[in-house]
Amino acid sequence: MKRIGVFICWCGSNIAGTLEIDKMVAAAKTMSGVVYVDQNKYTCSEIGQAMIRDAIKEYSLNRVVIAACSPRMHENTFRKTVVSAGLNPYYLEIANIREQCSWVHKDREAGTAKAISLIRTAVAKAAMNEALFAVEMPIIRRALVIGGGIAGIQAALDIADTGFEVDLVEREPSIGGRMAQLDKTFPTLDCSACILTPKMVDVAQHEKIKLYTYAEVEKVEGYLGNFTVTIRQKARSVDLQKCTGCGECLAKCPSKVASEFEEGLVQRRAIYTPFPQAVPNKPAIDRAHCRYFTSGKCKVCQKVCPAEAIDYAMEDLLLTNGYGAIVVATGFDIHKLNDYGEYAYGKHPDVLTSLEFERLLNASGPTGGKILRPSDGKAPETVAFIQCVGSRDKAKGNPYCAKVCCMYTAKHAILLSEKVPGSKAYVFYIDVRTAGKDYEEFYNRAYEECNAGYIKGNVSKVFPDGDKLLVRSVDVLSGALLELRVDMVVLAASVDARADAKELAKKLAITVNEHKFFTEAHPKLRPVDTQTAGIFLAGMCQGPKDIPETVAQASAAAVKVAAIFSKQSLLSNPIVAEIDQRLCSGDMSCMTVCPFNAISEQVVEERRGRETVSRKIAKVNAALCQGCGSCTVACRPGAINLKGFTDQQILAEVDAICL
Amino acid sequence: MPVTNEGFEPVIVAFCCNWCSYAGADLAGINRMSYSSNVRIIRVPCSSRVNPSFIIRAFQRGADGVLVTGCHPGDCHYHSGNFFTRRRLSVLKQLMEYLGIEPQRFQVRWISGSEGAKFAMVMNSVAEEIRRLGPNRKLRDVR
Repeated sequence: MKRIGVFICWCGSNIAGTLEIDKMVAAAKTMSGVVYVDQNKYTCSEIGQAMIRDAIKEYSLNRVVIAACSPRMHENTFRKTVVSAGLNPYYLEIANIREQCSWVHKDREAGTAKAISLIRTAVAKAAMNEALFAVEMPIIRRALVIGGGIAGIQAALDIADTGFEVDLVEREPSIGGRMAQLDKTFPTLDCSACILTPKMVDVAQHEKIKLYTYAEVEKVEGYLGNFTVTIRQKARSVDLQKCTGCGECLAKCPSKVASEFEEGLVQRRAIYTPFPQAVPNKPAIDRAHCRYFTSGKCKVCQKVCPAEAIDYAMEDLLLTNGYGAIVVATGFDIHKLNDYGEYAYGKHPDVLTSLEFERLLNASGPTGGKILRPSDGKAPETVAFIQCVGSRDKAKGNPYCAKVCCMYTAKHAILLSEKVPGSKAYVFYIDVRTAGKDYEEFYNRAYEECNAGYIKGNVSKVFPDGDKLLVRSVDVLSGALLELRVDMVVLAASVDARADAKELAKKLAITVNEHKFFTEAHPKLRPVDTQTAGIFLAGMCQGPKDIPETVAQASAAAVKVAAIFSKQSLLSNPIVAEIDQRLCSGDMSCMTVCPFNAISEQVVEERRGRETVSRKIAKVNAALCQGCGSCTVACRPGAINLKGFTDQQILAEVDAICL
Repeated sequence: MPVTNEGFEPVIVAFCCNWCSYAGADLAGINRMSYSSNVRIIRVPCSSRVNPSFIIRAFQRGADGVLVTGCHPGDCHYHSGNFFTRRRLSVLKQLMEYLGIEPQRFQVRWISGSEGAKFAMVMNSVAEEIRRLGPNRKLRDVR
């Protein structure tokens, strides 16, 4: 016997001011299964909740309908209320008579009629509500961080400092990422390496952190609290246990190839450590360029290695580990400038990207920190910086702002004036954006103290003029056409999402936006969560941001992970799909529509008369199922139902709402 | 004498997905954007939960119009649920037209959680269209 209690809330005058409560009470009393109806000025108040608790006990209510505000507001509050009176939380149903009735309908009579209809619908559904139970699922209290740049490093350190185990996977032979390539950081001009390398060493030495360099995530399965991840440890060809990092091999290797770390400005060897402060500071063999691997002869590194650490027979290893949560911190790519032929990038050696210029500034860079023209090795007296190359360009670049270029260009202008006395920087900009603590002051310093000339205008063309470069532009503010002869041109190339971001998103079952940046669960209120529970984002992989923002986001992601790990187990969402074995035909249509791979095949044995036959049917993994109910519609025999939103419940609602 | 629809107030059933359209309806409420009270909402987790049989049932039980609303394609809370909605319900829509049901009686709309104004506007326009069409006589059960 269903004994339904209906509680109608006034919400002060929010509901009672527009709808006729007494009419609703009278109507509710006539509804099927309703044994008790009451009203309250504020049902969500302590008194209102006590009234529900008392009525449940006094009238032996076993289903509760509350006509009040949206369930998105107080469903959890009232679930707790009915639980405290000894009922299953899913025995509660809410009729939304505030947001979807009293607030939007001015006609008292029509509004009241609709409210009654909504209450009747909720009563009809409540009568069909079944008890649902959350299942406890154990949590693997170990985190995976993908990407070893500053975001991944910070997230790994913060998680490890809370006492939980972390595995950090980095694709390159060393952690450090983009920040390791930078010379100074704005707006303080801190040396990037000086603040980053101690953190890199901390990662390597932290007892809770396990570092996988030269490794990539191959496959991800599972769900919050219980992910199973396959990591491909690429064959480094150097035994990290034996290698002492002496560097003998690096000097002797005969194959040379453009250095990724130096942005191609110099060459590295085929056996290489990406940069001097690498962690681990031990080389890897780039097999695509190694003479031994490409031609079968050489083995010079093996001959010179005093530790016998070179192992050409080493193979990729697939490691499978369990994790409870994942932080994605895969960083960004520099925008390719193929579509910007007018700036002569790639055609003239003295046209550089900002990251290449950054390497020229760096003491460990190709010029030892001297700003020299790649063409003739002379210090440039005038340098043109062109902003927004590929940013804010709907026609052929990215429509978004790359966020960091205005600031690092101000930094470049300041550093240029320090390193080449008497030099002059010209900055061509669309707008100068300096939102951030001490950022505007830093930009002011570039043009007030360091003599940088800021020109508002798009550069139309850069071309060689003798041993100089001619920059043709317009000064928008004066309207004058401008031609400048400069010694060097630096292009603030935009930032892109990683070229393979989509593939990783697919592996993780997370989403990307139209520019392939990973999407957060909510742009304002859940900026580090993804739509997939247990997977978090940090740094540029989610969208352009500078180092402080990246670090803040990484720490935030770490707290989210720690919050999950603070418990031994998780409670599952009981609103999941359920299969009636007897009806399932095994045609698996449900499996093809499930967005979460929560449905799999299983073979069951059944008695048919005297025989035992085995047949294939579908199985729902309740931990993976998010409860969308898409499968229920795909199922032809009608074997799948969604708990809490069953066909029967919804049809009962339809019947009641149409009355 | 021809049948007139004077004084007719339609019953319109709207299936709203919890994450976008239902939130959009709540937002319309929070912003006090009034719309036709003929619309009554049934909350479903995802628009892909809406079985075509629910829609037919609503028409049989006397609904004059049925609306299914979900997140914008590509923005589904469940990644791809509303892509299935779009395919399934466009098939149903063709079937309904084949049965001689006016296409305006059954509509699928995408309304996000931040589109309160759009929610109110869509509800008003749908209500107006159905009011003009008159009652659903074809599929209604005789009771």
